[in-house]
Amino acid sequence: MLLIKCPYCEEERPELEFRNAGEAHLVRANPIIEQSDDDFAGFLYFRQNPKGLQFERWRHIHGCGRFFNAVRDSVSDKFLTVYKAGEPRPDLNTLLSPVAAEPEPPATKRTRAKKVEV
Amino acid sequence: MVEIVQATRRHPLQAGQLDVASVSVTLADNATRVSLRAKDNAVSALSKALGVTLPMKPKTTATNGGRAALWIGPDEWLIIDNAESGVIADLAKAKVLHSAVDISHRNVGIIVNGRGAAAVVNGGCPQDLSLKAFPMGAASRTVLGKIEIVLWRTGEDAFRVECWRSFSNYAYAFLQESARDVAI
Repeated sequence: MLLIKCPYCEEERPELEFRNAGEAHLVRANPIIEQSDDDFAGFLYFRQNPKGLQFERWRHIHGCGRFFNAVRDSVSDKFLTVYKAGEPRPDLNTLLSPVAAEPEPPATKRTRAKKVEV
Repeated sequence: MVEIVQATRRHPLQAGQLDVASVSVTLADNATRVSLRAKDNAVSALSKALGVTLPMKPKTTATNGGRAALWIGPDEWLIIDNAESGVIADLAKAKVLHSAVDISHRNVGIIVNGRGAAAVVNGGCPQDLSLKAFPMGAASRTVLGKIEIVLWRTGEDAFRVECWRSFSNYAYAFLQESARDVAI
């Protein structure tokens, strides 16, 4: 079973207590009324879903109930770090430097595609 | 030669009869339970009103007499006291912003007591229940099989399992089955 560290409970807990809550750091436009339909569709529906490192929201739903953010490798399922909601996204290069042998290149922030090729 | 072991046939409705000597699974007395939510700045006033210092560290509890406060989340506590206590009335004396919801009848308490109690709970709860990771007085919301519970270690070999009342049949049968499995 995967052990996930909850930044609020300050310890590793079994994955059964957690629920994934999708991509992290999605910012709602303000004012949203001025956003184009395409941009709004991008905000609402289209996700990066990268192979490799990704920023995710998780919820410790059967524990403290809090949402928090995590950096997880979607290939190996390895959690690089977790941090509380509202905290800035950690720098991937500093996260990766202790593990120089990490095969995955650090995923850089890509601008969200307005249209997705299916 | 292969030895054939005959499994004991157990009637499915025997769940209510636990024929294990080392560990017991019993119902807790009726209790007053309050779900208390408040921000940091209200904690001291609420602690004073309750007579229990609300624990601020994860997975900890504080007790005063029969009244206990269990840390559930960064701004959430479960208060448990005996059935006749006036927890809500006491909390009403605190004039700071907080939310106190009486959930006495929402929850059912089950006591697991005796040798191997941790193993009984671990039959359905994936948390590390060693004394180092989950010492006496530790409490946490977690899972038991398919349901969510609040687990509170009241002694080295004693746990209180709080579950929602509609799940209580499941939790009770589950813990009894688990107790049979780990009986020593």
